[in-house]
Amino acid sequence: MELENLRFGTELLKRGFAKMQKGGVIMDVTTPEQAVIAEEAGAVAVMALHAVPADIRKMGGVARMAHPEIIEAIIEAVTIPVMAKARIGHFVEAQILEALGVDMVDESEVLTPADEFHIEKTKFTIPFVCGARNLGEACRRIKEGAAMIRTKGEAGTGDVSQAVLHMRMIHGQIRSLKGMDDLQLMKVAREIEADLDLVRECASMQRLPVVNFAAGGVATPADAALMMQLGADGVFVGSGIFKSENPQAMAGAIVEAVHHYDDAALLARVSKGLGAAMKGMDASTIPEAEALQNRGW
Amino acid sequence: MARIGVLALQGDVSEHVRALERAGQEKVQVVEIRKSGQMEACGALVLPGGESTTIRRQLESFGLTQELKAAALGGKPILATCAGLVLVSQEVEGDSKVRPLGLMDIKISRNAFGPQRESFEADLQIKGLDQPYHAVFIRAPAIAQVGDGVEVLACVGGAVVAARQKNLLALAFHPELTKDPRIHQIFLKMLEA
Repeated sequence: MELENLRFGTELLKRGFAKMQKGGVIMDVTTPEQAVIAEEAGAVAVMALHAVPADIRKMGGVARMAHPEIIEAIIEAVTIPVMAKARIGHFVEAQILEALGVDMVDESEVLTPADEFHIEKTKFTIPFVCGARNLGEACRRIKEGAAMIRTKGEAGTGDVSQAVLHMRMIHGQIRSLKGMDDLQLMKVAREIEADLDLVRECASMQRLPVVNFAAGGVATPADAALMMQLGADGVFVGSGIFKSENPQAMAGAIVEAVHHYDDAALLARVSKGLGAAMKGMDASTIPEAEALQNRGW
Repeated sequence: MARIGVLALQGDVSEHVRALERAGQEKVQVVEIRKSGQMEACGALVLPGGESTTIRRQLESFGLTQELKAAALGGKPILATCAGLVLVSQEVEGDSKVRPLGLMDIKISRNAFGPQRESFEADLQIKGLDQPYHAVFIRAPAIAQVGDGVEVLACVGGAVVAARQKNLLALAFHPELTKDPRIHQIFLKMLEA
C-alpha cells in the first residue's frame, strides 16, 4: 500500500469520528488531572478549556480558546480523544487547535463570539461539533461542515431545561417533515433558512444526518438519562462534573446513566452517594442579553 | 435464522446492525447486547467501534467480560472492529489504560496512526477479496505483532490492519461505515462453517 494514496479529512472520516462517540459522555476538563479522572470514569472524550462554563459566567471578560500548553498537557495525559473549544467564527483559533493535534473542535457559544459568521468547517481536516437550538440552526451548521451537532442548552447553569427544549424542538421539527411532499419541504427549508437537500435528508431519515448530542445544563445522572430518553446520541457534561462535590463519583455515575438510560432501578442505584450536584442557577432568570444560547444564528 | 449480537455498550452500534442486515438480508436476526445472559442465545457476536477504554470498563461493570470470553473460547464467530480489535488482543503496546481480553494472539498499538487529523480512507488489498476494499480508519489501532495461527489479511504501509485467528476476525478499520457488504459477508460465512 502506497501511503500517498490515503485520503484525509473527508466528510466520511469526520462524521465517522462523531459516530464512535455515540452512547458516550464527553466531559469538560481544565487540567490534565481532571482529564485523567474523566478517562478513568469512562468518558469517551474530554473537552479542554481554560475554565468550565459556570466559571466563565462568573468571571466575565472575553472567553477565548484554552492555552496551548494546557491543551498539549491534556493530550499527553489521556488516550481518549481530546476536543477543544474555539470562538464562533474564529477560524484561526480552530487552525491552532488543529495544529496542536486536537481531535475535534467545538465552535462554541460558551466563548465570546469573534464574528457574525461561523467558521467554514469544510476547509479543515479535523471535524467540528456545533451547538443548535432548532432544526434551522442545526442544518446551517451541518451545511458549513459540522460533523456533529449538540443542543446549546444553557451552559454553566446546571439547569437541564434548555437542553430539553432544544432537543424536543429539533426532534419535533424533524417529525413534522414526515409525509411532506417536495414543495412543502421547500417551503420549510426557506422558512427555517436551511439547505433543502439537508431538509430532505432529515425528512427521509427522520433524524439529523450527523450525530446529535445533548449539552448545556446536564448536571446529574438523571439529567443525562433524561436527555438519552429524549433521543440524544450521547451527552456533553460541562460544569456538572467538576463543580459537583465529588467529581470522580459524579463522572462515573453519569457514564453509567448514559449507557443504561432506560433502566430506572440502575439509575436509582448510581444516583446514590454522589454528594451535592453543582448548585447551578435557574436558566429562566438569565436576562436575554446574557443567555449564551443566543450567540450565533 | 442466525442470531447475531452486537455489543451495544457504546460506539457505532446501529451502523453494524444495519450493515449486518444488509449483508445477511432475510437470513439474520440482529440483536443489541446490553445485559448479562443475552450472548448465549447468539450464534455470533460483533464488537463495534467506539472508545476501547469506555467499552472495557462497561464490560466489567455489567459482568459481561466472562460471558464474552466464554463465547470466544466456545468458538462463536466474533467480528471485532477498531475498539473491538483492541479488546480482543493479547497485549496493548506501551499503554496500560485498556486491559485487553486476550482472545487473540496479537499485540496491538492504540492510535497507531496518530490523532484524528491523521485518520484516513484507503483502498486495501484484502486476502480473499478479488477487488480492493475501500476502508475507513478513524484514530485506528494497528496490529504490531501476530502469533502463530494468526492469518494476516491486510496491511497499510508496514502495519497489519486485518487478521483472522480461527473464529475471530479483527479489523483496525470500519466496514460498517461504508456500503460495501463484503466484510460482513465473510463474517456471515464464518457462521455457516
